[in-house]
Amino acid sequence: MGRKLLLEHAGVEGIRYYDAYRKKGGYASVEKALKMTPEAIVEEVKKSGLRGRGGAGFPTGLKWSFIAKPEGVPRHLVCNADESEPGTFKDRYLMEFIPHLLIEGLIVSSFALGSNTTYIYIRGEYAWIPDILEQAIAEAKVNGWLGKNILGSGFDCEIYVQRGAGAYICGEETALIESLEGKRGNPRIKPPFPAIKGLWDRPTVVNNVETLTAIVPVINLGGEEYAKIGVGRSTGTKLISACGNINKPGVYEIDMTISVEEFIFSDEYCGGMANGKKLKACIPGGSSVPILPANLLLKTAKGETRYMNYESLSDGGFATGSMMGSGGFVVLDEDQCVVKHTYTIARFYRHESCGQCSPCREGTGWMEKILKNIDTGKGKMSDIDLLWDIQGKIEGNTICPLGDAAAWPVAAAIRHFRDEFEWHVRNPEECLRRNFGLAHYADPLEAVA
Amino acid sequence: MEFSEEKLKKVSEIIARYPEGKQKSALLPVLHLAQEQFGWLSVETMDYVAALLSLEPVEVYEVATFYSMYNLEPVGKYLFEVCQTGPCMINGSDDIIAYIGERLGITPGETTADGLFTLKTVECLGACGYAPMMQLGKHYREHLTKDKVDAIIEECRNNAAANN
Ligand SMILES: Cc1cc2nc3c(=O)[nH]c(=O)nc-3n(C[C@H](O)[C@H](O)[C@H](O)COP(=O)(O)O)c2cc1C
Ligand code: SF4
Ligand code: FES
Repeated sequence: MGRKLLLEHAGVEGIRYYDAYRKKGGYASVEKALKMTPEAIVEEVKKSGLRGRGGAGFPTGLKWSFIAKPEGVPRHLVCNADESEPGTFKDRYLMEFIPHLLIEGLIVSSFALGSNTTYIYIRGEYAWIPDILEQAIAEAKVNGWLGKNILGSGFDCEIYVQRGAGAYICGEETALIESLEGKRGNPRIKPPFPAIKGLWDRPTVVNNVETLTAIVPVINLGGEEYAKIGVGRSTGTKLISACGNINKPGVYEIDMTISVEEFIFSDEYCGGMANGKKLKACIPGGSSVPILPANLLLKTAKGETRYMNYESLSDGGFATGSMMGSGGFVVLDEDQCVVKHTYTIARFYRHESCGQCSPCREGTGWMEKILKNIDTGKGKMSDIDLLWDIQGKIEGNTICPLGDAAAWPVAAAIRHFRDEFEWHVRNPEECLRRNFGLAHYADPLEAVA
Repeated sequence: MEFSEEKLKKVSEIIARYPEGKQKSALLPVLHLAQEQFGWLSVETMDYVAALLSLEPVEVYEVATFYSMYNLEPVGKYLFEVCQTGPCMINGSDDIIAYIGERLGITPGETTADGLFTLKTVECLGACGYAPMMQLGKHYREHLTKDKVDAIIEECRNNAAANN
């Protein structure tokens, strides 16, 4: 059993409410933190090695240390609960079942950053969750953890929940800020970074839900102890939301020392492949990260075991590796069609492009169209090269990383499954009836042995 | 065209969350309130919201047209928003969408003649582990099967009949 820091009490009766949560030691990190200085808290977070759980994995302590502190200008912490990357549903789990953990993390983080007004920006479709969060906030306030002069420390803090209205792009931090200002979610050109000019031009830090909940164990254990969990630069625990053709889809907390094979096949986690099917491919970190065929998923190109952590998942770069990303783990079995799956992902990014940059706006549209043609037996061989060409022209040429996020899955699908694309072109009628299947991924497990 | 007392109170509460003069931030939440009360966002509704928040009407149109949850046309009393992205597709969302269409006699984007149901396809709603799924009102319906779809349609029809 791996160590649990965030979900330790997730199964406790009534943990959604204050009394049960407090009984399990809830809000201890606030008591501890308010006796420290904000600078000392930032130091602990740096020592912990905690990396942003929203996707990019940027060190949280370092990010916090960049916040500008101009005299007399309020600063803000904004919690990114937009969670819209296909395959990702871990933040929802935290907010729905243990909302006080997030509120506790937000109070400590707000104190560290000097934010007297903190906002949680949550995707609009999670329409029932603001009620849960607002109840937790009200309970925290009644019990003296929020409001004026918290625990006599002189620190005031309010937390408000704001709902988005359906736009994946609002997960990008500057688009999120625009949206919170009541505008379209168009990402801003950086610099200036939010740490200098963010919400209403004030210094702002945007962090993911899971990152901010992880602040609780960081403070409770101390940065050094927290850093001992995990391996290398992958410290602490990570939530993985697992879905697709596995026996036990769901949200799992892992310490980052387990192998991908253990994660998929052990009963403690995914419980193996559903219906006894074979593993074909996996997108280990949300729809934007490269898909890997089974052989490269379980072992790296060098033949070493691949582990569920930042470094191991990205071993081999994009040529033979992938990324930890947001922890959205999507498993495909032998019956799944990579072309069709990639088409749905391309459609997603076309739908979600904000339209500001032409490579992203036009490129995502063309990729969707071409993939749809290939998937439905109307593709040409030259379309595969054209797709490759288009994705390459988007990457790196846009205001925000959504362009890259749209390009990478297409690139990886062609890189590792080109034969499947070619098969579709060659078998236009057959591809509507049956799937290419495993072909020479026939025994991926044997292939790695 | 006016908000109920209760909604007006809610609007003032929301505006109070932001600094002085930044009431534009209330736009998304207030549009949600408007949709709750009026069902969809007509130009008249958007103009009303603009006046309420001291914004130019165009500032409201810009936002209302950007976000996918705002309905710019009337929709049925029950809006079935079925996810079709990769993880749901793997778990059979195509069949579910086709089945709902068949049961209601409509295709995605259409509303039944009695105005009760609208079927819409949407992109990933963050429930990939509980696929296939759809949003119905404030909540999600997950692990959909044909039987479950039948039961949900039945439930909606019964609710509608009880409210008439
Ligand atoms: C297109 C796009 C979508 C994003 N969506 C999310 C999201 O839904 N949730 C999230 O926490 N971060 C998302 N991010 C990352 C944020 O921009 C930002 O890096 C993150 O909130 C920082 O928090 P962290 O350091 O705690 O991870 C997205 C980024 C991009 C480019
Ligand atoms: S890359 Fe795409 S989503 Fe990002 S700013 Fe440009 S057009 Fe908008
Ligand atoms: S793909 Fe349907 S909820 Fe995520």
